[in-house]
Amino acid sequence: MTLPHASDRAVGEKRARLRARTILPLAGMAIGIAIVFFGLDWVGTDYAYLAAYTVLQFVVLATAWNILGGYAGYVNFASAAFFAVGVYTSVINYKTIKLPLIATMPLAAIAAGLLGLGVGYLTLRLRGTFFSIATLALSVVMNTLVVNWAFVGGSRGVYVLRPQTIEFFGPYTRYLCIVMLIMAIISVLIARAVERSWFGRGLAALKDDEIAAECAGVPALRLKLAATALSGALMGAAGAPFPYFVTYVDPATAFSLTIAVNTIAMPLIGGTSTWIGPVLGAVLLGSLQQIATVTISSALNLLIVGVLMVIFITLAPNGIVGLVEKIRERRA
Amino acid sequence: MVNWDLLSNALVSGVLLGGFYCAVAVGVTIAFGMLDIVNIAHPAFIMMGAFIAYFFNTSYGVDPLLACIIAAPFAYIGGRLMYRLYYFAFERHGEESLQGLAFFFGLLFIIEVGLLLIFGVDYRFVEARYIGPGINIGFVSIPWRMLIGLIVGLAMVAGVALFNAKTFTGRAILAVSQDPGALRLVGGNPVHIKEVAFGISIATAIVAGALLIIIQPVEPSIGRDLIGRVFAICVLGGMTSLPGTVIAAMLLGIAETLTTTYLGPSWSPAISFGILLLTLGVRPAGILGR
Repeated sequence: MTLPHASDRAVGEKRARLRARTILPLAGMAIGIAIVFFGLDWVGTDYAYLAAYTVLQFVVLATAWNILGGYAGYVNFASAAFFAVGVYTSVINYKTIKLPLIATMPLAAIAAGLLGLGVGYLTLRLRGTFFSIATLALSVVMNTLVVNWAFVGGSRGVYVLRPQTIEFFGPYTRYLCIVMLIMAIISVLIARAVERSWFGRGLAALKDDEIAAECAGVPALRLKLAATALSGALMGAAGAPFPYFVTYVDPATAFSLTIAVNTIAMPLIGGTSTWIGPVLGAVLLGSLQQIATVTISSALNLLIVGVLMVIFITLAPNGIVGLVEKIRERRA
Repeated sequence: MVNWDLLSNALVSGVLLGGFYCAVAVGVTIAFGMLDIVNIAHPAFIMMGAFIAYFFNTSYGVDPLLACIIAAPFAYIGGRLMYRLYYFAFERHGEESLQGLAFFFGLLFIIEVGLLLIFGVDYRFVEARYIGPGINIGFVSIPWRMLIGLIVGLAMVAGVALFNAKTFTGRAILAVSQDPGALRLVGGNPVHIKEVAFGISIATAIVAGALLIIIQPVEPSIGRDLIGRVFAICVLGGMTSLPGTVIAAMLLGIAETLTTTYLGPSWSPAISFGILLLTLGVRPAGILGR
């Protein structure tokens, strides 16, 4: 039996403030999504849906990357490989049992998650750099595998036919956009849940000092494996609708450098410590590129992303979120 | 039923290819093995070297290898400056693991796209007297261009080994990889030593680029295929060991030519990854690691 104490009240107030801080961005996001969506329907062209789809796809990829990269500090360069596993799971499904897209996405997630588990099991017991190097090579190997696999099109590629319209959702492009929107919301909610749970705190402890964390009883390998699998699974799920989006898949598009670079650049530019950083990075950088690809060449466009990334990690290692916080602190 | 013609040709060209891989990997053994700088942009600097050779060869008729040997001192200075930036931005704060990796990834990418914008996506090649012909010993044929790769590659490793053994700076490079604190006690500045060593590492990349474009036509994105190879060689060789690097490079060269001969060239990029994963999983210390 304790009486309400002054410090208890302070804790309560702090909690309320914290809750406000988390509810506000979520509400803001919901309103933003609603506005964007009505805006898209108002524009109503295929191009608008496809541009939005690309941005949302990067929200998923950046958020997924950040679960391992941002929270645990393990750099995964193979985002394109995990994405491509999803893409080709979907292609295989298209060529064999033809399950609907919604059912393919969990399959793609499982396949990519297993890949993450396998690579992680072999390399995560060593220092983090070895994992990163292994992922660098992983993209090349998966690419080689697909090039040599005639069933999924080999290096010639494969065509995927999508229906013009779909019941209830209207144009198929609109449907793809909605699917990716839901996927983005799910991944952000997962990332947010990870961040606030013992899982996320364990990963953060590993990032600060792995040996100390292990001594304190954090099951390091299991946490890292789980994070790698989860992050890979989300990337795989993001890849599943891709064949229907581009309608022609070859290894060069599935393993494109655009995906590998953006997936790393977006969280680093947005800020890696919270779930909102990757979302911010993906929306800003993704929209910027959608505009830039129309006006300037796509190679130059990628160069801008690379330069931005290097500038940010050198000068503002905590990304946009870190910059905003610094400004706030200075004001207070 | 072994076809001895085919097998001996594959083995010989494997050793020749391994010689070239020595040149490619020696810089990574210095930077990653000895200095603990995970320079994943190393292959991009090799591509830079290849295009330097291409530019001076096609515009001024300079021998590609000579062009890159002349460019190497400039690359050394550039490498030193780059290490200084890396040190002040990341290593000083102990932020090198995540941000340093991303930094080099960004560099890799900027160089690749930069080369793409300047030279385009077409395959480029150089001209020199030794590129076409070869020598035949019995039924084994040795193209001159591969032999040059082997000779220069081995010479580069030998040069670095000699420098490490004979000079104070060289011995200090090995010391910095073992115990920077102790190095400070005997009057060496770890930051300065690492700067010099990283400069050397980048200079070797430029020369390796000349060898690459002598051996095969080059376009900007093929540098990425080298990433898995150089790190596989470095890890398999035991990280800091130069003899280990040579042995590992030869093994990879032979493994790749055997794969190319018996399974087809499209599978060979997967070999290095298999070796890398196997080494990391079974014996992370490599063959000559301590």
